[in-house]
Amino acid sequence: MAIFLNEQSKVIVQGMTGSEGMKHTRRMLKAGTNVVGGVNPRKAGQKVDFDGQSLPVFSSVQEAMAETGADTSVVFVPPAFCKAAVIEAIDAEIGLAVVITEGIPVHDAVTFWNHAEATGNKTRIVGPNCPGVASPDKSNAGITPADITGSGPIGLVSKSGTLTYQLMFELRDIGFSTSVGIGGDPVIGTTHIDCLEAFENDPETKAMVMIGEIGGDAEERAAEYIKDHVTKPVVAYIAGFTAPPGKTMGHAGAIISGSAGTADSKKEALEAAGVKVGKTPSETANLMREIIKGQ
Amino acid sequence: MDLYEYQGRALFARHSVPVLDGGVATTPAEAVELAERLGDRVVVKAQVKVGGRGKAGGVKLADSVDEAKTHATDILGMDIKGHTVEKVMLTVTADIDSEYYFSYLLDRANRTFLCIASTEGGVEIEEVAKTSPDKVVKTPIDAGVGVTPEIAGDIADRAGFPVDLRDQLVDVFVRLWDAFVAEDATLVEVNPMVRTPEGKVLALDAKVTLDENAAFRHPENAEAFADASAVDPLEQRAVEAGLNYVKLDGQVGIIGNGAGLVMSTLDVVAYAGEGHGGVEPANFLDIGGGASAEVMASGLEVVLSDPQVKSVFVNVFGGITACDEVANGIIGALRMLRDRGEDVRKPLVVRLDGNNAEVGRKILADANHPLITEVDTMDAAADKAAELAHKEA
Repeated sequence: MAIFLNEQSKVIVQGMTGSEGMKHTRRMLKAGTNVVGGVNPRKAGQKVDFDGQSLPVFSSVQEAMAETGADTSVVFVPPAFCKAAVIEAIDAEIGLAVVITEGIPVHDAVTFWNHAEATGNKTRIVGPNCPGVASPDKSNAGITPADITGSGPIGLVSKSGTLTYQLMFELRDIGFSTSVGIGGDPVIGTTHIDCLEAFENDPETKAMVMIGEIGGDAEERAAEYIKDHVTKPVVAYIAGFTAPPGKTMGHAGAIISGSAGTADSKKEALEAAGVKVGKTPSETANLMREIIKGQ
Repeated sequence: MDLYEYQGRALFARHSVPVLDGGVATTPAEAVELAERLGDRVVVKAQVKVGGRGKAGGVKLADSVDEAKTHATDILGMDIKGHTVEKVMLTVTADIDSEYYFSYLLDRANRTFLCIASTEGGVEIEEVAKTSPDKVVKTPIDAGVGVTPEIAGDIADRAGFPVDLRDQLVDVFVRLWDAFVAEDATLVEVNPMVRTPEGKVLALDAKVTLDENAAFRHPENAEAFADASAVDPLEQRAVEAGLNYVKLDGQVGIIGNGAGLVMSTLDVVAYAGEGHGGVEPANFLDIGGGASAEVMASGLEVVLSDPQVKSVFVNVFGGITACDEVANGIIGALRMLRDRGEDVRKPLVVRLDGNNAEVGRKILADANHPLITEVDTMDAAADKAAELAHKEA
C-alpha cells in the first residue's frame, strides 16, 4: 500500500514535450513509473522517444484517459497556461493531478481550486509549486529523486522539496510508504490534513513526518486534526524560526503577516497536540528513528 | 509585493475608484508644484511601508503652499522606524462625516477570496474584530462568480452601511473587485472609506498588495514593482541578478538550494550561533534547482559584498542538481570572482549531500582551496560556519 499513487497508477504528463516535461518524464520512467503518454494539443498524434520507449502525445487529458486508462496527471505546463491545464484535468475527472509548476499567479490557483470544488472535487490536486508524490519502489509522479530511499513504513508530507529530500535521505535506512510534497504556494490543493488522514488509513504507514514552514495556518490546523483524528505517531519539523516578518522567503506562501504564520506558533500548536517537533532536520529524523525502533 | 500608498491610490484611480486629487513628490520643489495645483489646503504624507507614520510626524496638514513646502522638507529624509522617507504624497483634504472599512483579500485557509466590510473604519480592523465582532462582516467571494452588483448590495446591507449611500457603495465595491482581479492583487484595503458631509463616498487610503507570481502579465506595473522592492541595495542587486535573496542582520552568509532547506539552514545556523558569540544568519539566498557556476558566482558575489558577512555557508542537497556540478560551480565562482579582481577572503563552509555528493566532495577536496572547508552534515557545517564567523568578527 501507499497513498494516492502506487504501482497500478497510470500516469500522463501535461506539458511532456517541454524541456522540463521531457527531462522529468525520462526520470519518472527510469524510476519505474508507468507513464503512458503526454498531452499537448499542438503535438497531438506524435510520438516521443525516451531511451527507446515511445510515448504517444494526445490532444487532451480526456483523450489520453480514454486511450490509455490514465488516472494520474503530472503537470509541467508553464505558469501562464497552467490554470487552463489544471481546469482541463479537473473537467476530464482524472483522479489525481500533480501540479509541479512554480510561479502560478494565486488568482489562477484560487480559480482552479474553486472550479474543482464547484464540480464536486473529483480530482485530487497536489501542488502547485511542489515536488510531487513519490511512493518509493512503486511509482513516482513528479520530480522527487527516486534513488534517495526505498519503500518503508514512514509517510511524509511537506511544503518544501529540498527539505523532503533531506528527511528522506536522513531516514533512508528505514524507507517511506509515500512522500507527498504539497507545495509552498499560499493556495494549494491537497493539504497536510488530507495527507495525515490518508496515512492514518494506510496499513503500510506506521508513522508520519510532517514538514511545515512559516506562513498561513495550515500547520496549526493540522495540529488540531492530529489531536482528534490521528492515532499513529507524528513527528514534525518547521522551517523559518529566524525569518523576519513581512518578507517572502523563497516560497510564495512563506511569509509572516503581522504576527500570524510564525514558526513558533506552529511549533506550539503541534506540541500541544502531542507531536514531537525537531529543532533541525537531523534531530527530526532521530525522533522518527526512535519511534520506529520502539514499534 | 506591498505597494506604497501613492501607488495604491494611482491604481484605484485607474480603476475609477473615487480618490482625493493628489500626487507624489520626491523633492520639496516637486511638492510646491503639486501644492500649487491642488490648492491651499493639502495633506503631506510620508510614503513608507510601516504603520505609525502619523505618530512619528510623517503626516502633516498644510494651509498654504509655503507650509506644504516646509512639511515636505521636514518629512522627506525622515526616518520612520528604520525606513527613510524618499517620497511624500500630497492630496487635497476632505471633510469626513463617517469612516468605514472595506477590503478584499486572499483567504489562504479557505482557498478563496474574502471581503471584509465594517461601518467602524479608521482604526485597525483587528481591533474592531476584538471589541465589536458583530460589526465586522466577512463574505467569501467565489473567484468564478466575482462581485456582482447584487453581491455588492448584499454586502453593504449586511454590514449596515447607510441606505442612502447604497448605489455609490455598490459601484465602489464592484470597481474595487475589478481592480483586485485585473491587477492580480492579494489585498486591496480601504481604511478609511469615508462619507463626506455632501454624501459622497471616497477611498481615503489605499493599501494594495500585488502577487509577484503574476508580474509577467502586468508589464504596466513593472515600474511600481521595481520601486516598491528597492528597499535594500543588496536586495536590489540580487533582484537584478535574478536571485531569491533576503537581507538579514547577521554575520553568516547563507547560500542553499530550495526555499525550505534555506529557511532551515538559517535556523540551524542561528542555533549553532548560540554557542559562538551569538552570530546569526546574514541573509536568505535560494539558488534554486540548477546551480550553475554563473548562478553560484552571482550568489556568492552578492553574499560576499555584504560587509556584515564574516563567513559563508553553502548548503546544498542535490535532488535534481548534481553535487559535482555544484562543487565545480563553487570553484568556478571563486575563480570568476578572483579573475574579476575581487579580493575574496571570507571562509566558505560547504556541505553537499544527495545526488553525486561523493564526487562533489572529492572535487572540493582535490581543489584544496584555502578558503573552502567541506563538512559532511548540515548541523556540523552550520556549527563550523558560525565558529568561523565568530572568529573573524
